[in-house]
Amino acid sequence: MSNIDTTVPTTVAPWRPRGSGGSGKGIRAGEGRAGWLFVSPMVIVLGVFLLVPIIMAIWVSTLEWNGQGSPFAGGAKFVGLHNYQSLLVTDGLARKDFMLSLRNTFYYVMFVVPLQTALALFLAVVVNQRYLKGRSFFRTAFYFPSVTSSVAITIVFLFLFQNSGAINKLLSFVGIKGPQWFADPRGLFQVAADKLGLVDIASPPVGLTGNGVLGLTWWDWISGPSVALMAVVFLVVWTTAGTFMLMFLAALQDIPVEVEEAALLDGVGAWQKFRYVTLPQLRPVLFLVLTLGLIGTWQVFDQVYLLGGGNPAKTTLTPAYLSYRTGFNDFNYGNGAAIAFMLFIIITALTLLQRYVLRDKDAIAEKRGRRAQLRGAGAR
Amino acid sequence: MKSSSGRRLAAVAATASLALLTAACGGGGFDNGGSSSSAPTTEKGPVALKMLIASSGDAETNAVKAATAAWAKTSGNTVDVQVAQDIKQQLGQAFAGGTPPDIFYTDAARFPDYAKAGALYAYGDQVTKPDDFYPALKSTFTYDNKFYCAPKDFSTIALQINNKAWKAAGLTDGDIPTTWDQLHAVAKKLTTGKQTGLAIGDTRDRIDAFMVQAGGGLTSKDGATITATAPENVQALEFVKSMLADGSAKFPKELDAGWAGEAFGKGIAAMAMEGNWIKGSQKNDYPDVDYQVAELPAGPKGKGTLLFTQCWGIAAKSTHQAASVDLVNSLTAVDQQLAAATAYGVMPSRTSAKAQYEQKFPEDKAFVAGGEYGVGPVNKPGFDSVLADLDTGLQGLKTGDPKAILASFQKNAEAALK
Repeated sequence: MSNIDTTVPTTVAPWRPRGSGGSGKGIRAGEGRAGWLFVSPMVIVLGVFLLVPIIMAIWVSTLEWNGQGSPFAGGAKFVGLHNYQSLLVTDGLARKDFMLSLRNTFYYVMFVVPLQTALALFLAVVVNQRYLKGRSFFRTAFYFPSVTSSVAITIVFLFLFQNSGAINKLLSFVGIKGPQWFADPRGLFQVAADKLGLVDIASPPVGLTGNGVLGLTWWDWISGPSVALMAVVFLVVWTTAGTFMLMFLAALQDIPVEVEEAALLDGVGAWQKFRYVTLPQLRPVLFLVLTLGLIGTWQVFDQVYLLGGGNPAKTTLTPAYLSYRTGFNDFNYGNGAAIAFMLFIIITALTLLQRYVLRDKDAIAEKRGRRAQLRGAGAR
Repeated sequence: MKSSSGRRLAAVAATASLALLTAACGGGGFDNGGSSSSAPTTEKGPVALKMLIASSGDAETNAVKAATAAWAKTSGNTVDVQVAQDIKQQLGQAFAGGTPPDIFYTDAARFPDYAKAGALYAYGDQVTKPDDFYPALKSTFTYDNKFYCAPKDFSTIALQINNKAWKAAGLTDGDIPTTWDQLHAVAKKLTTGKQTGLAIGDTRDRIDAFMVQAGGGLTSKDGATITATAPENVQALEFVKSMLADGSAKFPKELDAGWAGEAFGKGIAAMAMEGNWIKGSQKNDYPDVDYQVAELPAGPKGKGTLLFTQCWGIAAKSTHQAASVDLVNSLTAVDQQLAAATAYGVMPSRTSAKAQYEQKFPEDKAFVAGGEYGVGPVNKPGFDSVLADLDTGLQGLKTGDPKAILASFQKNAEAALK
């Protein structure tokens, strides 16, 4: 689309050029050894605190372990994939809870990630204006929620979203009777359909409630986020947008002024400039923000914990919280670990998918072309 | 990078991290064990006990500290009392980590899980005068026919009535409800303007009381079978639903309150169904509210309420079990229980302390009476999530179908029993 080179210049030079010296000969002898020596503290720390615990957790997820005795000394029964089965196949409470948590988090991610990315980008563009007065004030103000403890913010939001809290007071000024936010388990889509007169929320269509899949009825699947979950969405968008604004801002300030001036000379409008000049250059940061947002939202825990662990009616239950509850409350550590790995698989798959969707098509085409050229040269 | 020396170094790094890991786990963290009901473990000389409690506030913490200090002085041992932020989680982690505190509060609802996991030391046979405890409390802490731990104290649910609102509605002492219909009638009368008749917690821990009064219950009397779908239970939920439907009863969330006691104290609700813990909060937060406590109204099958209790759990892995049992016996003696009752308003778990308690706290008669006919919580391991799911159903009782709520519980509970 654009003819501007969007590849980010790599500042890190290749550590050792290919073909420089053999192994262990010449002036560069022992560089590999030294390199490993330098990274060994990090390798050990990551190994002990990350890799090994993950492997241990995989092992626990195949056990029926109640937290007594060692899971590595035959203290627990090996059950193979039974824990995964009870989450995905066996009809029961475990599967229903897991599916509910997936549904909740799916809708949560669908709302939070686009909203927070858009808001962060918008804020970054605003505070990047050279002629904006009080720029540093706004930058600080927008970033402030991100450095505040999420526990404190959640408590404050609990007060704001009370039935007679500030939010509902504000809504009442414009004649809207606000919902009972954190006590309202109705799904957003259900409420919308009810308002439009498509369905009656008190007696939903039997076709939807009568049958379903994976332990939940269709009516439950398509409910959308509950009103209570929407309050959490607002909370999280508000707190995280500041962090991502900072990332976008850094990227915006990296864009050379000449490029924009050149675009202006070519006679583009403000929107065209943003869409065809600025945005393509933000692609690496956009990928970063979306990935971090995706991972963070799928792992949402502390807000749920503080709001009472899934209330109302399990509509704020998330896999991360469910994993914790299954392990430390129900003493079913195997099942809890299995939930954690299902979450891991989901996040990894979505990140890979997103990487594929956001890949730089221009750069790929260019690379392909270059390779074809080389091949052509070789054949000659 | 991929030279042979590099690979060797990688192997060294991996070995080093593994060695570190095994060293970290070698500290007795993953040892096997945990036998219950055996001779108590003892150590020679004075011992240092670790105790974990879930305190309701400074009054309770100080009272427990004073009681344990008195025992420590006479026995020559020491007791370190720790107050838990979240005792459920902290105990779960301590059990998994293999170094639990010697002695800790064990909630009745968590007891079967701990007992089944083998985390508790069953010392019921070493308790002084075990038959002095209320029978319902004793059976609450019995698992597999073994009496595990001494009940610390207990609470029951009763009906709190705001005297000012009561008089304003033209009601007299003769109108205090003794049947469901009367309860519904006075609740309707008390529902005016911003005031709701009855605030009731949206959990099984309150609503189950109606099932008991109807002669039903989630499990059979011997606890062997799940009887949630019994018609008595449906009748009980239908009654609660009828009160919720006409607005004479409301869940605390609808009243902008964390729990029924808060709604009651703020005067948003004229009556509340809470346990004796409401006394403390009324005294501290709403000292001006004039209220009285009545027994819960009787249902079709007579009186019924719910019991809440905790016991002094002793860890199966504790190395000071003998000393811990001695401490528990000192803490559950009548005079200590009365001291605790005075300090932080709990009711003694020993029947021999009842007369003295009633004399000292005549206003608690309704709560104490519940000890005779109250029913303890469902005493089954692995039921926490099943009961939590029932709570989810009950939260939607206002518009929900009582039969469906109970049927869903029946299904999940039967699966959990297997």
